[in-house]
Amino acid sequence: MSLRTLPLLVINMGGEMLYILDQRLRAQNETDDKALRGFWSEEDRKRVLNDIVRTMFSKAFLEELMKPQDLYSHKALRCVLTRLAHTSIMRLNPASMDRLYDLMTMALKHQILLCPRPRDFLLISFNHIDAIREMVTDSPSLVNQINDAQRQIIEMYTPLSDGELQLMRQTLLALFQDFHIRVSIFLKEKIQNPDGRFVLSTSGPVPHGSEVPGLIRWFNSRGREVRRREFPSGGCYTSAVREGSFDISGDRVTRLGKNKYSATSAEDTRTSDTSKNTSKAKQESVGPNPLAKEELNLLAKLMGGMEVWSLAQADTGIRVNLFPTDEDDGGISVGTDEPSFGVINIQATKDHQANTELTRIAAEFTEQQDQPEGPSNKGDDLLAMMDDL
Amino acid sequence: MAKMYHKEKSIQIKSSASALYNNLSVLRIAPRCLTYFTVVHANVVNMVSASWDGLNYSHRQLQSKEGNVATSSSLIMQAAWCVLPSRDLLVLTSQKGIQMYESDGSIMVYWHALETPETPTAQAVFARGIAAVREKYICVGVSSGSVLVFDVPSKGSNITLSEVLEEHTEAITDMASECSGSMECIADLVSADDSGLLCVWKSGGDFQLLNKIPGFDTSCSSLKLWKGTVIAGYGTGQIRLYEGVTGILHAEVNAHARWIYSLDIAPFTGLLLSAAEDSLVRVWHLTITPETNSVEIEHLYNECVTDTQICGAKFCDGDGYAFAVTGYDLSEIIRYTQA
Repeated sequence: MSLRTLPLLVINMGGEMLYILDQRLRAQNETDDKALRGFWSEEDRKRVLNDIVRTMFSKAFLEELMKPQDLYSHKALRCVLTRLAHTSIMRLNPASMDRLYDLMTMALKHQILLCPRPRDFLLISFNHIDAIREMVTDSPSLVNQINDAQRQIIEMYTPLSDGELQLMRQTLLALFQDFHIRVSIFLKEKIQNPDGRFVLSTSGPVPHGSEVPGLIRWFNSRGREVRRREFPSGGCYTSAVREGSFDISGDRVTRLGKNKYSATSAEDTRTSDTSKNTSKAKQESVGPNPLAKEELNLLAKLMGGMEVWSLAQADTGIRVNLFPTDEDDGGISVGTDEPSFGVINIQATKDHQANTELTRIAAEFTEQQDQPEGPSNKGDDLLAMMDDL
Repeated sequence: MAKMYHKEKSIQIKSSASALYNNLSVLRIAPRCLTYFTVVHANVVNMVSASWDGLNYSHRQLQSKEGNVATSSSLIMQAAWCVLPSRDLLVLTSQKGIQMYESDGSIMVYWHALETPETPTAQAVFARGIAAVREKYICVGVSSGSVLVFDVPSKGSNITLSEVLEEHTEAITDMASECSGSMECIADLVSADDSGLLCVWKSGGDFQLLNKIPGFDTSCSSLKLWKGTVIAGYGTGQIRLYEGVTGILHAEVNAHARWIYSLDIAPFTGLLLSAAEDSLVRVWHLTITPETNSVEIEHLYNECVTDTQICGAKFCDGDGYAFAVTGYDLSEIIRYTQA
């Protein structure tokens, strides 16, 4: 369908990922577990975020994304986001990345679905970009990078018609179709139902450019209104609020796309998959993927310029739980044929031993480069494992 | 107030409905006491045949096609039955082309490939908007704004592209042909695009443009044409009633709070169905008197499909006694019948 969707998809998903990583790394400092506390310092956290943002908003990366092309498959998208996360010193194992991806996916699906009109998806993207800019505000060069990227986005998307933007939205909805993963914070805030479907309100302001339903007007042949009549609209709508700003900065008005994780705990980011995995698997198996080559080209480009952690390093892995929770957490009860609601921990390793699939792929593309050590003195022998899956 | 319609047992489909305009098509086959439904999911069309006694359901899935490849991952934009005097054909439009099948989906009788540029441009390529016109035409819209007119013989697969109409410059969203059955109507076909422009046509060996009704830069996503009146549903949630030949606006309805995805008319009674992303289906009554040039529209009924962005809504019969609804991410066809 739409060939322009990829840049916004990656920026929005990347934004959600940064929200979650930022929040979880901060939480490390507040944990009761002495073994964990202080492992990810403020400086470490900022460095992780800066590294990811630097890649995400790099000219080469964005240029690749902005070429007219179909959306990537979930598999390829996950690869790209994992690689983005790994441009920092942080390492996420595949299971953790899966869970992080589920969270990002559902957050974005919610935003796209609830978007009052297709053009508002740009405002949602700008909310993400604004928040990212805040995160790296200490680094003027990064802020400039983000501003440049945002100018490109504005130039590319604001001239599009509502119909073209709706096509983009429909393309994204197709990507997220059949995903019904339940997320604690969404269930708690009553924006998601127990069956995984999102709550759609029939009240509130109408989108900018629409009228409150409930009125019929008749006109004569000269275009003058001659009669009007009301009808019961069955909802509780109010007039549209003011339009959000499509500039580099400004009040976006919508809250969609803002950081919902700042006040959350690990509890809130638990996920439970209601869908039979077959429906997601089916998406991947739809025909031979003609994009495989393009996706790998992008990854190669990314990895070519990126540091690749040497595989030969001794095992000094330090696993840190991004989402520590109590062991006897009851979880939310679900229907009998649903998988039980377990606690999912996302494990982030500050690790010089790359053991992810991507690094294996990287090895196929680029030569291994020797890397300067990261801040590995931070308690190399510190082990914090809380596995209660 | 007594409810006008009540909910019936839903029909389960093999996969969920995609978020596409007009994503439900219904064909009633009276001699066999069957109704066919189609719902698009990505690159597949789910087809269900339901017996009127509610006892028998049979399913079939049709896939999109690409060149010589039998199955393709190219996404389907729309599927609709075209009812012609001599035959019914099921038409599928996708990113690659147009497929036409016998009405039960058993045999593909025609394939038309869309021209795709060698290097991808930012403009998406796809076909969308399907209408059967008069005795022998099937018209299909394209993302470039072209309308392809196919000449369909009364049987066999000798279908030919007879004309390409080039009035629109934005992607075609929907098309509708006159459905009142009256031979007195001058306008046979109306086409709409992303800018809201409506083109009104008279069919023939050469289609004749009767009128161009400008849009207000608001996409018109669903269209009907009944007794010479164009009924158009827009992204702003409004419905407008225009006189086709003159372009005069008769009425404007602030109908929905979100983008309208589907309109349908029951031609024998003038019942109008509208459905949108706001989870609401509304039933209206239209009275059109061409002699006095009067158009009356009255609101009759609302149905809220909770937590669902509706993408298809159609009457199951010409009187509007029953209607069916599909929604994004829903794997069922919800049905309602008059109480």
